[in-house]
Amino acid sequence: MDTIRPLTELSSIQLDALREIGNIGAGNAVTAFAQLLNKKIDMTVPKVNVIDLMEVPDLFGGADVLVVGISIRVLGDMQGHMLYLLQRESASKLINVLGLGNVEEEFTDMEISALQEIVNILSGSYLNAFSQMTGFKMIQSVPSYAMDMAGAILGTFMVEFGQIGDHALLVETQFEIDKEEIFGDFFLIPSQGSLGSIISALGLGAYYEDNPG
Amino acid sequence: MKIIRVKMADLNIAQSPDVLITSGLGSCVGVILYDEKMCLGGMAHVMLPDSSSMRNKTNLAKYADTAMDILLEKMLETGANKRRLKAKMAGGSQMFNFDSDNELMRIGARNIVAVKKKLQEFSIPILGEDTGGSHGRTVEFYVETGITIVKSVKKGQFEL
Repeated sequence: MDTIRPLTELSSIQLDALREIGNIGAGNAVTAFAQLLNKKIDMTVPKVNVIDLMEVPDLFGGADVLVVGISIRVLGDMQGHMLYLLQRESASKLINVLGLGNVEEEFTDMEISALQEIVNILSGSYLNAFSQMTGFKMIQSVPSYAMDMAGAILGTFMVEFGQIGDHALLVETQFEIDKEEIFGDFFLIPSQGSLGSIISALGLGAYYEDNPG
Repeated sequence: MKIIRVKMADLNIAQSPDVLITSGLGSCVGVILYDEKMCLGGMAHVMLPDSSSMRNKTNLAKYADTAMDILLEKMLETGANKRRLKAKMAGGSQMFNFDSDNELMRIGARNIVAVKKKLQEFSIPILGEDTGGSHGRTVEFYVETGITIVKSVKKGQFEL
């Protein structure tokens, strides 16, 4: 196995390629989401965050912010996780949009299950687009749900990055359903060990070629 | 009174009347060391249990073993007496329920064990502990009074 070098040494072309995965994957997911809800959904241009581990818990508005997090594990030619974060209020509004009625303080099993099913569909669309780009075969786990502090949720996914270095890489796409004031983020968190195969599948040569620029 | 925030994979010490805060502990463990007589406190937010098999050792506050060594050293340098030190700890949750062969699943429990092992090695007693479970925690330590507050979404807040 090649020596794994710091994420900060990724070239700008390689970062652009990862951003493009986010663009196509999240684009596909947002289209599926819009069809599902029959609403207009806006998304931002994806951002490839290569950041110090210490900053990760604050990525979604502060480590203490109450969020709903739903994650799936990705296995196969790319390993990693997809994480969907919604502000607590936004999750309630989303449940309303789904026609499941008014939400109490605690979500019911039915409501959680509906959110998980949405994530299942969105992740499928995201990964399907990615698979068509790269030819990768991937499978996704069933979604897992948590309602808690953003920092506690985001920090959970930093174990592998932390074992290798002091930085993390997250492909982040923000989406919003403007009229309903629903705001959230999709994160693709590839395992650091999968970055090499992602980059070579995109035709950008060796993962850790020296940065020409 | 200053508020000193300890980030993930970070540690710091503080003197009365300052407050040490670490937010959003999930699988990570927050550890507090306290010398009451000196009104001196230290806090670490550890992410991983063990540095020994890791090649990357640039940030030693990340691992339980090395973070505890550094935190103790800083406390002693600033005038703490090892025999007076007391500890409290919180965190080490499992936030998501993936299948059990996933390394993410076990990391919280391993962090707890690793911190306790170091405290035992230092002969520092643990006066309070709120660990495990499946929820996030924020820990505040008031150096002046020695009061530790644990806050969580599910259980509200209480004094540890």
